[in-house]
Parts: sequence; structure tokens; C-alpha cells
Amino acid sequence: MVRAFDFAQGKRLWIAMVVALLLTTGATAQDRVPIVVASKPFGESYLLAEMFAQLLEARGIAVNRMQGLGSTEIVFSALRSGSVDVYPEYTGTGLIAVLHDTLPPDDLADSRKVFAHVSGAFASRYGVRWLPPLGFENTFAIAVKEETAAQYRLRTLSDLARESARLNAGFTADFIDRSDGLAGLARVYGIRLATVKPLLPALKYEALASGAVDVIDAFSTDGLLERYRLVVLDDDRHFFPPYEGAALLGPRASGRADVVAALTLLSGRLGEPAMRSLNRRIEVDSEDVSAVAASMLKSLALTAGQAPSTARTHGSGADGIGSYMWARRATLVRLTLRHLWLVALALAIATLVAVPLGLALERARSIAGPALAGLGVLQTIPSIALLAFMVPLLGIGAAPALVALWLYALFPIARGTYTGVRDADPGAVEAAEALGMTTGQRLLKVRLPLAAPVIMAGIRTAAVITVGATTLAAFIGAGGLGEPIVTGLAIADTRMVLSGALPAAALALVVDAALGIVERRVRPAHLR
Amino acid sequence: MALDDVSLEVSRGQCVALVGESGAGKTTLLRCFNRMIVPAEGTVAVDDRDVASEQVVELRRRIGYVPQHGGLLPHWTVLRNVALVPELRQQSDTGAAARYALEQVGLPAADFGSRYPGELSGGQRQRVALARAIAARQTVLLMDEPFGSLDAISRADLQTLCASLRRELGVTTLLVTHDLLEADLLADEIVVMRAGRVEQRGTLEMLMSAPATVYVASLLKRARVGGRRDEDAW
Repeated sequence: MVRAFDFAQGKRLWIAMVVALLLTTGATAQDRVPIVVASKPFGESYLLAEMFAQLLEARGIAVNRMQGLGSTEIVFSALRSGSVDVYPEYTGTGLIAVLHDTLPPDDLADSRKVFAHVSGAFASRYGVRWLPPLGFENTFAIAVKEETAAQYRLRTLSDLARESARLNAGFTADFIDRSDGLAGLARVYGIRLATVKPLLPALKYEALASGAVDVIDAFSTDGLLERYRLVVLDDDRHFFPPYEGAALLGPRASGRADVVAALTLLSGRLGEPAMRSLNRRIEVDSEDVSAVAASMLKSLALTAGQAPSTARTHGSGADGIGSYMWARRATLVRLTLRHLWLVALALAIATLVAVPLGLALERARSIAGPALAGLGVLQTIPSIALLAFMVPLLGIGAAPALVALWLYALFPIARGTYTGVRDADPGAVEAAEALGMTTGQRLLKVRLPLAAPVIMAGIRTAAVITVGATTLAAFIGAGGLGEPIVTGLAIADTRMVLSGALPAAALALVVDAALGIVERRVRPAHLR
Repeated sequence: MALDDVSLEVSRGQCVALVGESGAGKTTLLRCFNRMIVPAEGTVAVDDRDVASEQVVELRRRIGYVPQHGGLLPHWTVLRNVALVPELRQQSDTGAAARYALEQVGLPAADFGSRYPGELSGGQRQRVALARAIAARQTVLLMDEPFGSLDAISRADLQTLCASLRRELGVTTLLVTHDLLEADLLADEIVVMRAGRVEQRGTLEMLMSAPATVYVASLLKRARVGGRRDEDAW
């Protein structure tokens, strides 16, 4: 009785659901797909993306966060291919790095003209939409200490040019190299510094504070500018293009009126002092990104919910790395399993392809050299670049990461198989043939068993490389132990970096040891 | 290495030795018989059957083969190595055949069967290779410098063993060697080869009494045949 009732009920429910689904698919299926909000791997980008995400969520729009994607190249490709729907971008970056364009100096000085040019070009060329700017610029800035500014009477870059022969600079390698960096300053202002030292971004503020250098490059919204009370010299000839922050929307997000409406609420609301102080809270005071984002949205009256009253800090330094990792153990276990899954899958597919490939090359030795050299060249591509190449083809997430990691793992395995089988005791192989073993028998009973240790060594090498390269997969949103590394680097949180790097290093050792055991087990009997 | 217009016939149960310098074509000629090399022209027959007409693995499974360094499978035990051809021929008595062959070469299976080739001396390895080449009662035996890398004492032992085994088994044998004295000891007839051609065929006495060419004469002279027995004929 009960069973029959359930059955009838269940059946009716099914029909109702199917009908409902059919009726609503066209209209609302689109709205149910979460909006993917992404950022680049630095603190301000994380913060803006988090504000976008919370703003959307507060209006009932489902969101997927894809933070810390590798570079402009990666995140913009992902936006165009539809893997990402929204991320914060800067007009100057759009002009120079994406459009490879420039404007006459007068137009370049006018941020509105730059925005109009860039947003027009993006819309027509890529179908990508810029929302009105958020209200701040984050341009290159040249900064000196207050004392230096006073001593040499420095207020503008023209002033700096006047005194430059007496001053020593510490610039990031990026700034030294780019045409809109040091070279342009020399050209436009005639700045000729006594010495220029290349410095890591993380070190340049310390170098300036300690007096090792007099002048550094910075970003105008860096939180550290405030902390060290530095003077940003005025770009009086408007050499640097404006870098106005704004939300960049892919085709799907542009088509969603609710998304556009929600995100436009932030336009013009974030001034430079506000951004500098928000960045300071993240980079200097080590506050939690989502807490800072929530409190800012609350203070702008854009969300109704109450801002977290206590600012959770992520790197106060009070706790050791051990207790920090213990507190995050659930996350770390999840990330480690994800990492292991990526490595295992990439490695398994690579082995399935590379072992037969190595065997085939051994039978066609004339092409083996060029073919292995080709795979070897793949190895020389920096992993981050290989990952970036995958984004336009496969979007972001696990699929492109797996393909890149797979390509990376092919060479050691194919080479191990090729050399192992080629060099397997030629006398024994020849005798086996002369005594009547078939080609297949020679392969399975003689050559592969004798080559097994060399093949396994190749797989082991590939495994250790893959464990390391997989940490970079976080740059294209594949997850794994790279996630805390990328985020930690972005928000200058050493403990967060270590919480990813230490398990990754341990994983490499464990994987190597485990495969070492397998290697011993497949070693031919006479070698044990 | 090319052979040039070579004709060689070995009667059933006979042993013929191919001698000559490196590059004379001895090994090439030997390998034509188990089709490890297929001549561009001409025919090769074993047991009156054209080798080209036969399944190549079937042909090879009835021809024993002993290369210079034994060619044992290093990851297999001695017993399994010797049982290889009986196993390939899917004989029912592979284990017994292998044990018997080991007995014949003076390496009792009880002592040596479970060892790996790497644990044996050079002479023992060649004995195992010989056992492997006769374990399936092969009717033809091809030996390519089988004792060439052994020390003098092992070599003499193996030569003696080989001579007595041949008498016992009556297997048709082709032996490649540098050593005229070894050829004389083991073979019924000697074939002197040079640059892919046969210079002369006959017993050592025939060669000595009437060398067909200047080369044969110089070969005999250099080997100092009839004088002190020289380990290093070449």
C-alpha cells in the first residue's frame, strides 16, 4: 500500500519535474549557472574580485571564485573563452598589454579618453565590456622617502630628472625592461640615475627604508606607500598612461542585466586613498581578504549584512606555521588530494602514451632523435608559459592543467622507454630472436622486463617534475597545493605560501619514495 | 658485409668450420641459415627445405644457436634459459629436457638451475648457452665464435666437451672461429673465407699439403700450425 503510493507519487513527481524543467530551461537555466569571478595573483586584484563576488552574492546571484589566475594573458584568455565572466582590470594594462596600442600624448594624459578608447576597442574586437571605472588609478609611481624629497626638493618627476645624477635607484626587473618603464622615463624626462639596481618587488620598500637606494618604482595604490610614508612624485608630463581600475565583463556576464546592475554600483566608489588603505590592511596588517572586502562593501552601504566586527588576521605571526597548518588541516588535506589527483591522472595518461611512443621510436630509430628532441623542447618551455598556452584552447580549470602537465611528463617517460629498450642487453635480445622468439615475445619477455628499471626511473622523474609543476596549475584555476602558494604570494602572507609549499615538497618526496618501491619491485630478478 | 657467390653444403651430422679474418663474411654466412640475414640472391636450405619457404620462428626453433657471449637472458634462471626453446615449441617435457641438457654440459640442474647467468663464470655461461642450443634436440647447430672470449683453460675444456657432445648427438654443425686449431679439433672440414668468398675447403691436412691460394698459405703460416699450439692464433 505504502509502496504503491510512493511509486505513484514518485512517478508524478518525476513528470512534474521534467515538465517544469522543460518550461524553465530556456528562460532561467542561464541564470542558474554561477558567475565566475576571477582575479590576477596580487592583493588588490584579490580584494576587488572578492568585493565583486560578495556584491553579486548579496543580490542572490550564484558565484564561483577563481582567484589568482596567472597573468593578464591567462585571465584575459579565460574571459574571452567564457571560462571566466568577470575580473578587475586596469585601462593602461588593457591599452598596452592587451591591445598593444598607444595614444597621442595629449589623449594619454586624459583618463576619460583612454577609457573610451580601450572600452570601445575591447567591445568591437573581443566582445568584452568595461564597466565604468571604480574611481581609482593604480599607475606606476616613482617614490622617495620624505627626507629625500625634502633634501633634494623633489615634488615631480621633472624635479627628479634635475637631481637624478646624484640618486641611486632600485627598480623591479619588470620596470627596468618595459618600454613604458625606465627607458621611457629617460626619454621623456631625461632622468639619468647614478645607479639602477634590479630589486625583487618584495624587497624594494625595505631597500628604500634602509637607505640602500633613494628611488623606487611602485604602484600608486600600494599599501606599503602609506606604511613607509613615502612621497610619490607627480608625473607632470603624463608619461605613465592612466591605469584606472574597472570591472571587465565577458559576453555572458555582459548579457546579464542583474550582474551589470550589481557591479556598476561600485563604479566611482573606490578612491585612491580608500584603495591604499584597503591594500594596507591586506599587505601590511595581514587582514583577511574577504573580511576587508565585506567591511568595505558595508561601509559603502552596498551590502546590508553586518560586516565582521573582528578583522580576522591571516598572518599575525603570533602562531607558528605548525599550528597555522593544523588549523587549516581540512583545507590542506582537500588541496593535497586534489594535487595528488591531478598528478596521478596526468602521469597515468602520460605513461599510457609515452611508453608505446618510446617503443615505436625504438622501432623507427631514424625519427627517434628528432621526435625526442621535440619532446625535450616542450620540457624547456617554462611550466607557467605552457599552462598559459592552454588557456585560449581549453579555458581554465583542470582540463588545460592536465594537458599541460601531461605534455610535461611525456619526455622523461618516452626517453626512458626508448633508451631502456634500445640498450636492453643486445646480445640476449639477439639470441632470443635467433632461437625463435617472436617480436612480441621478445618485447614482453625480454626487452620490457630488462628496460623496466630505466622506464620506471623515467616515470619517477616525470612524477617529481609533475608534483612541482602542478603547484603552478593554480595559476589557471586547477586548484591543488598551488592555491595557498599563489594567494599567499599575492597578499604577502609567508605562512600561507608555506602551507602550500611544505606539503607540496613532502608530496614530491613521498611520491618519489613510493615509486622507488615500485621500481625495486619491477627490477629484473637478477638485479635484486 | 656482403657474400659473393658462395656455395656451401654441410652434410647431415657433419661439422664444418668457417675460418678467416674479421670481415671475411663468416658470421654473415652463418646467419643466413637461421634467416637472421636474408641474402639478396640465391637460396639457403636446411634439411633440404628452402628457409624462405618456412615460418621463420619455426625454422629458428629447430636450429640451435650459440653466440660468442652466450646471449643468455640475464633476468631468467639457468633452467629457464635452457628451457626456452622447448617452451617455445610447446613441448610437454620442457623441465626434463632442460635438466637433461644441463646434465649433458656438466652443470647439474640441482646445483646450477636456479642461478642467474650473472652468477656464473664465462665458461659456465657458454656451457649453459650450449645446453640451450641442444635442449630441444635441435638438428642443426650454429656456433659463432662460441669460445672466443674465454680464458685458455675454460676454452680447452669447452672444446673437449663440444667435441664429445657432437659425437654423441651427431648434430649438423656450422662453427665460426678465428682459430684454425679449434677448427681442426671440432670440425670434419674447414672452409677458409676471405672478403666474402670461399678460398678453399678441406681438412687441415689438405689445406697444409696443398694451399689453394697464397692467402691460405699465409693463414696457415701465421697460425703456426704443426708447431707449438698457439692460444692466440690471430
